[in-house]
Amino acid sequence: MNPQNFRYSKEHEWVGPVSNGVALIGITEYAEKELGDIVFLDLPPVGSQIQQYKKLGEVESVKAVSDICSPVSGVVLEINPSVMEHPELVNTEPYVGGWLLKVTLADLKELDNLMTAEEYEAWLTQVSTK
Amino acid sequence: MGRGIEMEKTLKRTPLYSSHLALGARLTAFAGWEMPVTYTSIIEEHQAVRSRAGLFDVSHLARFQIRGKGAESFLQRLITTDVRRLVQGRCCYTLLCKEDGGIVDDMMLFRLGEDAFWLVSNAANRAKVWEWLNRWKSTVDQLSLQDISEETIMMAYQGPSTARHLDSLCGETCSLLPRFGCTQTKLERYEVLVARTGYTGEDGFEFVASSTDALPLWNLLLQMGAKPCGLGARDSLRLEAGLLLYGNDIDEGINPYQARLGRLVHLEKGDFVGHQALKTIKEAGIKQCLVGFEMIGRGIARSGHPILASDQEIGRVTSGGYAPSLRRSIGLGYVPTLYTASGTRFLVGVRGRPVEAQVTILPFYRPQAGGQG
Repeated sequence: MNPQNFRYSKEHEWVGPVSNGVALIGITEYAEKELGDIVFLDLPPVGSQIQQYKKLGEVESVKAVSDICSPVSGVVLEINPSVMEHPELVNTEPYVGGWLLKVTLADLKELDNLMTAEEYEAWLTQVSTK
Repeated sequence: MGRGIEMEKTLKRTPLYSSHLALGARLTAFAGWEMPVTYTSIIEEHQAVRSRAGLFDVSHLARFQIRGKGAESFLQRLITTDVRRLVQGRCCYTLLCKEDGGIVDDMMLFRLGEDAFWLVSNAANRAKVWEWLNRWKSTVDQLSLQDISEETIMMAYQGPSTARHLDSLCGETCSLLPRFGCTQTKLERYEVLVARTGYTGEDGFEFVASSTDALPLWNLLLQMGAKPCGLGARDSLRLEAGLLLYGNDIDEGINPYQARLGRLVHLEKGDFVGHQALKTIKEAGIKQCLVGFEMIGRGIARSGHPILASDQEIGRVTSGGYAPSLRRSIGLGYVPTLYTASGTRFLVGVRGRPVEAQVTILPFYRPQAGGQG
């Protein structure tokens, strides 16, 4: 289940609960299942500027590599150390232990460009039955 | 992060297709076939083969029957190994080479009788090999060639527990087979050709059976506790074992010496297609050679990535990926012979980012002591 209080992008990234302008970023369960076993993550260092819908890094599974596009603009505050050591956390806990970055959001209004859990799930049924 | 490959209507399906769907397989197009990539997780399937038993549908591989009084001399003319050294009930890994020494295909040759052989070659090369066999057919009398890929199926049953499991289905026929031994037997009531071979670096067996027995045989082996495995694990297993993939690591532009398959070139056996060229290549020595390497820096090498040294591109990665049993990233590629010693460092350009790598001894992975690998 996709958490109700998160927002989702069409590139299958999520932005987590916002508090004091800070939020977590990760990839969705759908994306993690599509990719299969995740074995490598390439993420920007702390302090990097990230931009909504722009590539922020790469996620690599046994079979393939994929770009990670940022769901929001902001500055990287922290990289999840556990996920760098154990990328498989993205598969087992995409919304909990498998978060990728903690970021300071540049513009809270950007969240309105993203989908709610309900909208994302409705959109997924469209994409996956195409 | 899209859905992947759109299935074309023209893709061939093996008789086990419905079973793959029922098992929840993710399918992909491979060499004209719609085949399972994975059923649950590539890593889980990989580990099942390393620790217990995995079952692969490899019916997409090309199978040819070569029979008749002329079969031995025909094969002797075409393959690079000495067919007279292949006794009945044994199989071997061998090559077909062009006149210039380039590799037409790599394959398994089974000797079932004095005048009866089976060839198992790459799915992608089925038409090419069939044409190649027929092109040289007229040089020999009393020869029958048959493509039996459609009327038969093939499964690979791989892992350290497989021999023990098979005892309950066929007595000790399978577990007493030596590595590279082959025989005709029955698994319960199903006729199979069994060989103690595989493409995983682990002990295991490969079966060829009638297409009509595909489903019951597949289910029989699954009931023994085998995990169904797809092409994803097949690729990660073979890479760890240092086994080459035609179309990636070898092709018609590569000769066996470059691919470190010189042991398969038996120049002393007498003339065969490519003999003269291979003799010349061997005497002159090669400039580029296949190496195995592991990544030291963070990054995963993939096929097609450049290999760099002193700001120059010195070669290309031909296979690369994450090795689940070694928990690191490994690869194969061609570099100048100067760079082939174990421990030599170079860089791999991982999507524009240079990442350090180090030449290692092949294979990357060897089975635990006591295994038959």
